[in-house]
Amino acid sequence: MNEILNLKNVAVEYDRHGRKVRAVAGVDLTLNSGEILGLVGESGCGKSTLGKAIVGILSPITGEIVFDGQKVKKLTRGKRPEHFRNLQMVFQDPYGSLNPRRKIGVQIADGLIVAGMSKKLALVKAADLLEKVGLPRNAVDRFAHQFSGGQRQRISIARALAASPTAIIADEPISALDTSSQAQVANLLVNLVDEFDMGMVFISHDLSIVRRISDRVAVMYLGKIVEVGTVDQIWNNPSHPYTRALISAIPHADGTSFMPKDLPGDVPNPMSPPSGCRFHPRCPLAKAECASNEPELRKLADGRDVSCVLQTAGSQPVTITLN
Amino acid sequence: MNLLTVENLTVTLATGSGEAQAVRNLSFNVGRGEILGVAGESGSGKTMTALSMLGLLPYKGKASGSIMFDGREILTSTKREYRDIRGKEIAMIFQDPMTSLHPMLTVEVQLTEHLRHHRKVSKAAARNSALELLATVKIPEPASALSAHPSQFSGGMRQRIAIAMALACEPKLLIADEPTTALDVTVQAGILKLLHQLRTDRNLSVMVITHDLGVLSSLTDRIMIMYAGSEVESGATSDLLQNPRHPYTKGLIAALPGNSEVNSKNLLSIDGMPPELGNFPSGCAFHTRCKFAKASCKETVPEVLNLSSDHRIFCPINPFSELSNSGSK
Repeated sequence: MNEILNLKNVAVEYDRHGRKVRAVAGVDLTLNSGEILGLVGESGCGKSTLGKAIVGILSPITGEIVFDGQKVKKLTRGKRPEHFRNLQMVFQDPYGSLNPRRKIGVQIADGLIVAGMSKKLALVKAADLLEKVGLPRNAVDRFAHQFSGGQRQRISIARALAASPTAIIADEPISALDTSSQAQVANLLVNLVDEFDMGMVFISHDLSIVRRISDRVAVMYLGKIVEVGTVDQIWNNPSHPYTRALISAIPHADGTSFMPKDLPGDVPNPMSPPSGCRFHPRCPLAKAECASNEPELRKLADGRDVSCVLQTAGSQPVTITLN
Repeated sequence: MNLLTVENLTVTLATGSGEAQAVRNLSFNVGRGEILGVAGESGSGKTMTALSMLGLLPYKGKASGSIMFDGREILTSTKREYRDIRGKEIAMIFQDPMTSLHPMLTVEVQLTEHLRHHRKVSKAAARNSALELLATVKIPEPASALSAHPSQFSGGMRQRIAIAMALACEPKLLIADEPTTALDVTVQAGILKLLHQLRTDRNLSVMVITHDLGVLSSLTDRIMIMYAGSEVESGATSDLLQNPRHPYTKGLIAALPGNSEVNSKNLLSIDGMPPELGNFPSGCAFHTRCKFAKASCKETVPEVLNLSSDHRIFCPINPFSELSNSGSK
């Protein structure tokens, strides 16, 4: 298992009417090949922005993103450096991310043709890829509107695969799909990661699916990572109050009339983030010091990282209980 | 007596290629103070069922059958009669609180509008009721919220405002169409709690439409599962989720991320896709995806099979009957 992607202190800012909004405020992360890293958090926490920065759609104002040994640069109108062809993205909306006026085959073949393959060969390869994602070969001659949401998402995945990626950033790839397609597309992604030994960042707000398919999970709140660990650590013994709150809010579909717990308050405006720990205004366990001291990520004895004063570096995690 | 009794409801819509049935022979009821969940994938007819109850079917949409509400037939209502039912007797909230509220009008205008229309109360009285409503749905500082515009609230708060609007004229039935789908789980939990509270405090009947079985599990008393415009199974929430008997329900529940085998990353899934409007398969519409299907399933529309007084399926094969007899229920 080797490291394919490394983020160091990445921050991304947007310009909102002349004011700077720091959507991602210093993120350290790594992704290994053959691994699915789930990236979760409420809407507005910066997870999609981070995904876009990783592939170079947005450029970070500080920090660096290293993919396979080279620093990721912002995409320009010019040709993307060949090295980064292996870093691909799959978007949430399979209706918006395919061109409605071009045949599916050409859209997949584009990347191959740019890479120097002949058009004829590229179209054959496109059909191979469609077959790989579970669609008929003759789909190359059809248009996006002739497919359902789940099928379109398969097409988007085939298009990303055309570049034989070693890392895929998937931003909410199954959120727009129906229940039966969700499971199918999630299974497809898991199998592809396995088959091609790719690394995948799986961005999602749905913790139950992340729990199922990921190896590791990173929890994000207001532009910062608050906890990273294995699925088992995060799910069974969350060590950050925010992670605990997220998990307690998931309804159980078991017919036991379990009532999920809500987390009062809203995600604060990133234009003026709270002082100290960004979660302290909503945290039921906040202490006085949390309003002034911003906790750093600390490594616990079980290998996970967490940024909370309740946890001590090098020790076993303290169990977090919310009332 | 049930508040709502729907019998043999069929909804026909005009599509590009002629007429198509979106809801087929649907019968169900909602008791007073009961929360009924309606689940199914997109295109299963759950939203059209709700819209037919409010006289809001799309252009050229037609409904036949019977909808008895509070002792009277409402399916034959005229447009004018429906206007008195909507908001006053039956209210509805929608998935997206961003678009169901008017962006240019203050919360006060939107909250008092139907009070003034249905109840003919004074402006001051309507304002007072609006303040109470906002407090009921737990909006902080109701007075300042009244003069604010929807864009000044978060998604969860907007959905609370939409609920307050729906409650303004004290309807007997609230239809909630995917009320939490657009919200974060942390916010969703708060809305679920609120709906529960309203049922307890006001004896409100609620019909929740969603594809999320987790939401239905924590909120509902009974669940009806729909596929291709028809009911496939219905029963008490705990019974249906713990002891599903229709192959489709069984598949939906098995596909939940929490229910797949613990050591496998792969989720169980139902092969194929839900059929599209106008292309519903003959006989039992699920036969094309059902691994228990027999030749007869292709021709015969399944009859109701009552498993108990409050659990029924529409499947003549009943493939899991033995399971439940030796059952671990």
